Amino acid sequence: MILRHTTKEVKERSALTVNPAKTCQPIGAMYAALGVHGCLPHSHGSQGCCSYHRSTLTRHYKEPVMASTSSFTEGSSVFGGQANLLQAIDNIFGIYDPDIIAVHSTCLSETIGDDLGQIVGKAKDDGKIPEGKHVVQASTPSYVGSHVTGYANMVEAFIKYFSFNTNEKIRQVNLLSGWVEPSDMREIKRITEMMNIKSVLFPDTSDVLDTPMTGKYQMYPKGGTTVDEIVSMGNSMKTVAMGEWCSKKAAIMLDNKCKVPFSLTDIPIGLSATDRFVQALSTAGKVSIPDSISEERGRLVDVITDMHQYLYGKRVALWGDPDTLLPLVEFLVDIDMKPVYIVSGTPGKAFEKRMAEVLGEKVPEAKFKNGPQADMFLMHQWIKEEPVDLLIGNTYGKYISRDEGIPFVRMGFPILDRIGHSYFPTVGYSGAIRILEKMLGVLMDRQDATAPEESFELVM
Amino acid sequence: MNQFLKDRETQIVTKGKHSAEIACEKKSLAGSVSQRACVFCGSRVVLYPIADALHVIHGPVGCASYTWDIRGALSSGPQLHRLSFTTDLKERDVVFGGEKKLYHALCELIDKHQPKAAFVFSTCIIGVIGDDVEAVCRQVTREKGIDVIPVMSEGFNGTKKDGYKIACGALSKLVGTDDSYKPSKYSINILGDFNLAGELWILAEYYKKLGVELVSCMTGDGRVEQIRRAHKATLNVVQCSGSMVHLAKEMKEKYGIPFMKVSYFGIEDMSDALYEVARFFKDEEMMQNARELVREEISQLLPALQPYRQKLEGKKAAIYVGGAFKAISLVKALRLLGMKTVVVGSQTGNADDYKLLKELCDDGTIIVDDSNPNELSEFVKLTGANLFIGGVKERPIAHKLGLGFCDHNHERKEALAGYVGMMNFAKEVYASVTSPVWKFIK
Repeated sequence: MILRHTTKEVKERSALTVNPAKTCQPIGAMYAALGVHGCLPHSHGSQGCCSYHRSTLTRHYKEPVMASTSSFTEGSSVFGGQANLLQAIDNIFGIYDPDIIAVHSTCLSETIGDDLGQIVGKAKDDGKIPEGKHVVQASTPSYVGSHVTGYANMVEAFIKYFSFNTNEKIRQVNLLSGWVEPSDMREIKRITEMMNIKSVLFPDTSDVLDTPMTGKYQMYPKGGTTVDEIVSMGNSMKTVAMGEWCSKKAAIMLDNKCKVPFSLTDIPIGLSATDRFVQALSTAGKVSIPDSISEERGRLVDVITDMHQYLYGKRVALWGDPDTLLPLVEFLVDIDMKPVYIVSGTPGKAFEKRMAEVLGEKVPEAKFKNGPQADMFLMHQWIKEEPVDLLIGNTYGKYISRDEGIPFVRMGFPILDRIGHSYFPTVGYSGAIRILEKMLGVLMDRQDATAPEESFELVM
Repeated sequence: MNQFLKDRETQIVTKGKHSAEIACEKKSLAGSVSQRACVFCGSRVVLYPIADALHVIHGPVGCASYTWDIRGALSSGPQLHRLSFTTDLKERDVVFGGEKKLYHALCELIDKHQPKAAFVFSTCIIGVIGDDVEAVCRQVTREKGIDVIPVMSEGFNGTKKDGYKIACGALSKLVGTDDSYKPSKYSINILGDFNLAGELWILAEYYKKLGVELVSCMTGDGRVEQIRRAHKATLNVVQCSGSMVHLAKEMKEKYGIPFMKVSYFGIEDMSDALYEVARFFKDEEMMQNARELVREEISQLLPALQPYRQKLEGKKAAIYVGGAFKAISLVKALRLLGMKTVVVGSQTGNADDYKLLKELCDDGTIIVDDSNPNELSEFVKLTGANLFIGGVKERPIAHKLGLGFCDHNHERKEALAGYVGMMNFAKEVYASVTSPVWKFIK
């Protein structure tokens, strides 16, 4: 009973976060940068940051995660980190030979006032950046936003650096994927191919963080969006940006810089969000929706109707990133479940407004909160007030699941104690079937385990 | 070897080929994909297992998120240490200071949980914005009547190793604060066991059989009250010397308690650890107990290891772990399994550790300090290793190379200390090295 310390009464807290439902910007920047081919993320700060981010990403993806560090010392924190970054850039190109270094800042380098743009400029002037190689930089102070903010900042930084409009429109659509799994990236590409649309997906961590076993270790696996592709995004017809928190900044940058208009849509999780995504794709690519996609949708609806009796009315608690939670909660409402408690550590005013729209009159009892003090402690307090039937969120829910005896489906980041997320998508219509399968699996397992002898049945 | 950073050449030696001593305790080069962490990390992992203390991280959210329950340090009672408390600083706090926030957070937590003591970890940013954490701690100590101990572990203030020292400093504020305790004649403290996978409980059982009282364990399954009276013990037995030797030295100076360095990994080192303690107390009965215990354990263990040894004979291992002392035990333990160590390195070893390693290893063994994945994978290819022993970040690299892997850092799930630990180690190494999956690699 690890969480015996959780009290039932919810008290307003101002100074304290207990068991956070978020982490800090740099890890998001690191994940986004890994979705670029031949890119080495670089953490400009103390060694610990880089080490923690690599460990967490390694635990989640069970894959080697490479990134370098500026190795700050006391001296750097007094005199600034310019010397460290210049030396780092020199060493990295000399030894690790990436095509691109993606530098992100940390709370330390931000606070001492290191100007990444200026330092990278100096590295260029000093000839430390070899011909044809690049250094991209994003400002990602840990005390602003969350890991999602860091992701968005790094994606924007790449667009700002590379994408270019040469007035030669290409019949291609940009897809800003949002923070999803390699499996989801693969699924988004599959759907787009089914619609016969030429596209650039950015970032793309498939074949980077789910690479096959070959007996060889490759520092830069074959996956990732290539530089040429990112450059070409400036000439695309349209951008479909998935996720307001993850992708909007980059979409606006593409529009401002290269005059590529965008449509902002949710990450295609569940039925309605996938409908909107497919619609957005069809409009952007000027193609009609093929039968094969409508058939996938039909199969999803069929499963929902078949399983409605087990799902309707079930109370669900969810936590995670806003871009994942919004379509997921919508999906639960669509299938007649009751998402009653929702927390996201990631701040942003739009969350409450959009969540209210999604939940609307259908789940008037729902409680939701994001930003400071929207943490797992609050979530647990709500659950103690009135229990739920199901938990959906990242690994950190396992304490609540055990202490309260509630079935639990793992979704989001990080998942440190299960596998599957890298391999089986949860986006698109078939991804939605997987979400259903996972929810039904834990609910029915519970029913089987707890049913009295006389109600225990073969057919469910 | 053009794969390697030129400035690192002095940190890599091959036994029998290079006569020079290895360079170590250097700062990692900027730009390296170092496996090392920071001062905060060092302090946090050492103090974390004190289960009835409050651990509050003062800084932005990340440092708290990443260290939330990542180390399997088990507690036989309280679980307060496994929760993650942070002041979660925002931009405003960075500008105006976070002292008030810390004060309120501490008061609220102490009121709610009534902990026996509190540790406040200062992160990078606190060092830069200049919050007077020590003053806040003093104030809360006064007002709440419990020890609120500042841990000045700003990440950039050195390496993980410096964090160990700072953690020792924080512990020493508790040690010696309870004079009322009267231990038995033969009493020890265990320093530097973190009770991963319940290892401390195995060791405690051994010492009990010897007739030795355990006054405190710093810090595995730790309790504040035990640490307060640790100075009453007769002897300090230090396992993870990298992290805890500072405290042992301080206790020797302050309280006249001698200390010895031991290791609990492998038959040889485990047995030595027991004999050394018995020898120290100069008690024939205790020595007899130790001999009996060792005899009994080994007579069961050796035949049980035999089938594993037969399969592992001649296989080669690469070791890259945090502390060098652990690496030394591992080389011996592997030898017992018939395996040869071909690469060995650590993140934080000192000159003495490496000297010992060099003596112990066979000719041709590559010894390396503060390595990185490029080097490690190159060494593995060069030497044809069949097994890699390392931590979380090394596992997938080893697997990609088609090698067996054994986690010997804080993510391991099996107890590897003691005789039962040697058995677990043999099973794990065997299972991994001889896994049928390796034959499916193209």
